[in-house]
Amino acid sequence: MSRKQKKNLVRIIVAAVIFAGGFFVPKTEETFSFLWFLRLGVFLAAYLTAGFDVLWKAVRNIAHGHVFDENFLMSLASIGAMIIGEYSEGTAVMIFYQTGELFQSIAVGKSRKSISDMVDLSPDYANVERNGEVFEVEPDEVAVGEIIVIKPGEKVPLDGVVVFGSSGLNTAALTGESALRDVTTGDEVLSGSVNTSGLLKIRTTSEFSNSTAAKILELVENSAENKAKTENFITRFARVYTPIVVIGAVLLGVVPPLFDGNWSEWIYRALTFLVVSCPCALVISVPLSFFGGIGGASRRGIMIKGANYLEELARARTFVFDKTGTLTKGSFEVATIVPEEISEEELLGMCAAAEKISNHPIAKSIVNAAEKRALKINAECAEEIAGYGVKAVISGREICVGNARFMEKIGVPVKNADTVGTVIFCACEGKYAGRIIVRDEPKENAAAALKKLSELGADRKIMLTGDRKNAAEAVAKTLGIDEVRAELLPDGKVAAVEEIYATKSPKTALCFVGDGMNDAPSLARADVGIAMGALGSDAAIEAADIVLMNDNIESVPLAVKIARKTHRIVTENIVFALAVKVAVLVLTAFGIGNMWAAVFADVGVSVIAIINAMRAMRTNKL
Amino acid sequence: MKKTFKLIDLDCANCAAKMEDAIKKIDGVKSATVSFMTQKMTIEADDERFDEIVKLAVKACKKVEPDCEVVVK
Repeated sequence: MSRKQKKNLVRIIVAAVIFAGGFFVPKTEETFSFLWFLRLGVFLAAYLTAGFDVLWKAVRNIAHGHVFDENFLMSLASIGAMIIGEYSEGTAVMIFYQTGELFQSIAVGKSRKSISDMVDLSPDYANVERNGEVFEVEPDEVAVGEIIVIKPGEKVPLDGVVVFGSSGLNTAALTGESALRDVTTGDEVLSGSVNTSGLLKIRTTSEFSNSTAAKILELVENSAENKAKTENFITRFARVYTPIVVIGAVLLGVVPPLFDGNWSEWIYRALTFLVVSCPCALVISVPLSFFGGIGGASRRGIMIKGANYLEELARARTFVFDKTGTLTKGSFEVATIVPEEISEEELLGMCAAAEKISNHPIAKSIVNAAEKRALKINAECAEEIAGYGVKAVISGREICVGNARFMEKIGVPVKNADTVGTVIFCACEGKYAGRIIVRDEPKENAAAALKKLSELGADRKIMLTGDRKNAAEAVAKTLGIDEVRAELLPDGKVAAVEEIYATKSPKTALCFVGDGMNDAPSLARADVGIAMGALGSDAAIEAADIVLMNDNIESVPLAVKIARKTHRIVTENIVFALAVKVAVLVLTAFGIGNMWAAVFADVGVSVIAIINAMRAMRTNKL
Repeated sequence: MKKTFKLIDLDCANCAAKMEDAIKKIDGVKSATVSFMTQKMTIEADDERFDEIVKLAVKACKKVEPDCEVVVK
């Protein structure tokens, strides 16, 4: 509790005690008698103790022309109740109103704090080594290229490269996955991770304001700028709600008594209306829920740039994936080796020896596979023929390794069963020697993640790729992808997204998931762009609406779940608050409700809505 | 230019919405957000008149919630 809150709490307690005392003074019908004055005096004392600041604010705001100010309306309602002789109710309204406000302020402060703790990546200090001595300084005082010391248990304050020591780093705060990353001299370390074991010295590579921790923090803090449609709607609604209820109160207090003459009864009902006229519960709980959802997501390594994206993601039913690096590992691996009249090893060794000179990822994967089997890979000479393959001389024999066109060019007939992946053929002395099939393997959990999305109602899951059609379709089939757009050139992806966009139902949203490498236009075009494994990649963080700090594709369904949960909580709060308020208004108009019910409809509903909103923060079990 | 300011003692969500509204109406303000959750105000406005606009914005906030203090660095 802050000092201001403590002071208010004391005031409320004092007011409540005096208020309770008021009930010991017997009620008297005799106006202006001693007892009558005593009773009024006691309640008035309680009333003023509880509400003097509300009254003061009301006066001040009226002077500024804010007629529909909540302080003013509360003052009017309670003073009105006092005037018509309902001392206890008038006082109670004020005490409860203040209690509610206090509770609200504590609850909001608490949730705000726990959310900011969750994304607490920012280090408090850095140990910088200058002239052989270690000083503790503010992280933003450290220049690029200085040496900082990180003891076990400390947070890495700035990005840098290890120059001394080795340790395990816990990156949970960054990626949401509590996996230890072992680092040693020469490795890069990111700010925000926690040093768990050994002493590390690192040379900084960024200033604090440019460090990973500062950037993530900024991202989450700025998310409040992008307000959700629901929030804007509620604020607009609040602007008309209060005047409407106040006008209703005026009509209720004036029109019916003209007919039945029962002024005090109708005025009491009108005052009750005023108590319900504050839209606080709605206005407060909507942004609180979204903020909680964003905070909870960040703890799982999902950075959301604004409540509006959370809202869009909850509506997303069409998911478009970039294949390489998103659904697949993004690195080629040798899948099958089919030799012809020679051994597997011989074929692989020959191909690797030839491909060694090439920098192509496929060539590298073959070399890697050969090295893994500890094969000798030496060629006397080798020459790369662009667009075809490599021609080499190995142990005095002429070897050609390359694609089908290459074999056609040199006039070697090949065997090729239609297999998935990229096929590399080998010819030895002008004779077919076999083929190697290289594949970009799907991520282990990609199929599971897509299945989860289907369970969440994703009716179209589309994969974009530059691969050949049959290869792409085979991958899609194993993953559970519904549609494939294959053989796309890099700039064809946006066009594909555009085309899919045109065919989706306008009620749903389109979500694009990519790894942030050259798919920035698609990320921007989609309703929600999710960039994966973006830790350390500025371009992806810039272009995407939601940034996954880890490389785990299952974060996508998780993000959707968080979005849905948050959205559900927001809806619950809006429906609940409105329903209670409308119910109390109707009951009051018919004389069934009273001021106590109205206080509940105002303060009680706010409190319940706040407690409900705080549920959005809990994402651990999703 | 775009700048963010801290708000101290911003106590009610409805006031934050009212402040935002009032700031948006100031001439020269391109966009403004007052976040009750982060207790921060962001103003984007013309460069030449920025300081003047900030002063007007602070005044507008005071008018809505006199107890709320804007930290102008």
